[in-house]
Amino acid sequence: MPKRTTRSRRSRINAEEEELAVRPFWSGTISFGLVSVPVDLFPATRKARSSLRMLGPDGVPLSRRYYSPDTNKDLEPEETVRGYEVQKDKFVAVTDEELERLEPDKARDIDVRQFVKAEEISPAYSEHAYYLAPGRGSIKAYQLLAEIMQREGRAGIATFVMRGKEYLVAIFAEHGILEAITMRFSDELRSPKDIGLPKPKAPGKSSVQRLEKIIQRKSSRELSREELVDKQTEALLGLIEKKRTQRKDIVETEAPKGHPEKVVDLMEVLKRSLARQSATKRRAA
Amino acid sequence: MSSRAIWTGQLKLGTASIPVKLYAAVQDQDIHFHILDAKTKTRIKQHMVNPNTGEEVAGKEIQKAYEVEKGKFVVLESEELANLEPKASRDIETLRFVAPDEISPVWYERPYYLGPDRDSEQYFALAAALRNENKEGIARWVMRKKPYVGALIVSGDYLMLIALRHAEEVLAPSDLPAPAKASLSQKELKMAEQLVSALEGEFKPEEFRDDYRDRVLSFIKSKARGKKPRLAAARQKKGTTSLADDLTRSLAMLKKEKRVA
Repeated sequence: MPKRTTRSRRSRINAEEEELAVRPFWSGTISFGLVSVPVDLFPATRKARSSLRMLGPDGVPLSRRYYSPDTNKDLEPEETVRGYEVQKDKFVAVTDEELERLEPDKARDIDVRQFVKAEEISPAYSEHAYYLAPGRGSIKAYQLLAEIMQREGRAGIATFVMRGKEYLVAIFAEHGILEAITMRFSDELRSPKDIGLPKPKAPGKSSVQRLEKIIQRKSSRELSREELVDKQTEALLGLIEKKRTQRKDIVETEAPKGHPEKVVDLMEVLKRSLARQSATKRRAA
Repeated sequence: MSSRAIWTGQLKLGTASIPVKLYAAVQDQDIHFHILDAKTKTRIKQHMVNPNTGEEVAGKEIQKAYEVEKGKFVVLESEELANLEPKASRDIETLRFVAPDEISPVWYERPYYLGPDRDSEQYFALAAALRNENKEGIARWVMRKKPYVGALIVSGDYLMLIALRHAEEVLAPSDLPAPAKASLSQKELKMAEQLVSALEGEFKPEEFRDDYRDRVLSFIKSKARGKKPRLAAARQKKGTTSLADDLTRSLAMLKKEKRVA
């Protein structure tokens, strides 16, 4: 384990900023009762790295631009405005500032009002997944909450505001780590009745037993990650690598001027953030 | 009003084959804006241009490519891309069954309903069997020329398929270093447990509404009449300084609330 020396607060913050480069998605507090736990939120997911670019016939990477079909002129983003169609071809323009002013109360707070049985929450509600890393000084309260939730099989239900939007969120604890899963609101999910599924019919006992046997036979204790791999993307990346090593269909363009884009792997940031908390804890203990 | 199925096929598990229809479970309620020309308030379009010359490049002249390193691209022909598409299939193949808590909530992406196609006996039998065994299936299918992996679950009396994220898109909790075990005192654990059970309830999703969506829509209506919205105030909260104190006070407060009620 790398040895860490105590540094002044300022240099620690600087070092941290350098290390993190990207700030957490959101920082705030989880509160339950009067207990508040500062946390940093990081996405648990990333886009698969296989998105393709569009090139012109001469190999120049193309840009997507807005244009007005009336004047045939390109428009800069600041020359555009959002519009809501109130009736056919009639729009109400809505500016960013107006939307900002409609944003909910800027409370940096995930106020857990209710704990429910974790298995009561249907996965159909799950939309986006985030990890909550303990914020500065909160490691003990964080672990207390995670420990109790995990032990009791509970999930916390809360609403919170992030990037100008209100989310319904379920907080789960797994492996001592808190997760925030944003959930669809109930009017965003159809019911079997909405869809028009037929009324349930009591199935024959022998049909059920036969299927139960199949389920038992095909059961295993763990999920296999291998089965969750996107084979199409894997094949695409394989083809790209093959063409690259064979130097086939390669186009090189002058890199655009300016600073090279710094790609930060949020996953690495999160891992480091959790590891740092553990290190702090061990030192303190 | 009933919905149309987006896919029909066979759900295969072992020797069983159950005819099913697949329906979207999500109904989009987002507010959709169009992008307008700020001056004329008319709709605009997008096109691809060469950023050096500003000239438009027509769709058929565009090549697709993958950037292997900064400024270096591997061009992919459309036949090559077509060859990579998964083989069309009408089967949902069940690979295995696991306990529901084996699948971390971070995997779930998008829900679909399965409905019976013609014969419903096998369909409802599978729903019953999954419930009795308390299992979720891991299933694979091809839809819209894309490979999907999903969790086959029972919801009420019906079957749902929840599309799962692909492995390379997810950092699973088991991939992360667990925060070190804290030295939590029995007293703290006991109090936290009491606090959590005092806040215990049943999940009632219909009690929550997207107020922001409602506000934006009513704003749009009022803007059409020339009104202005009000500003929201900001507030911030401090972290807990004394864990034991806050736990004790929370419990006392909840007790009091209960007595009043």
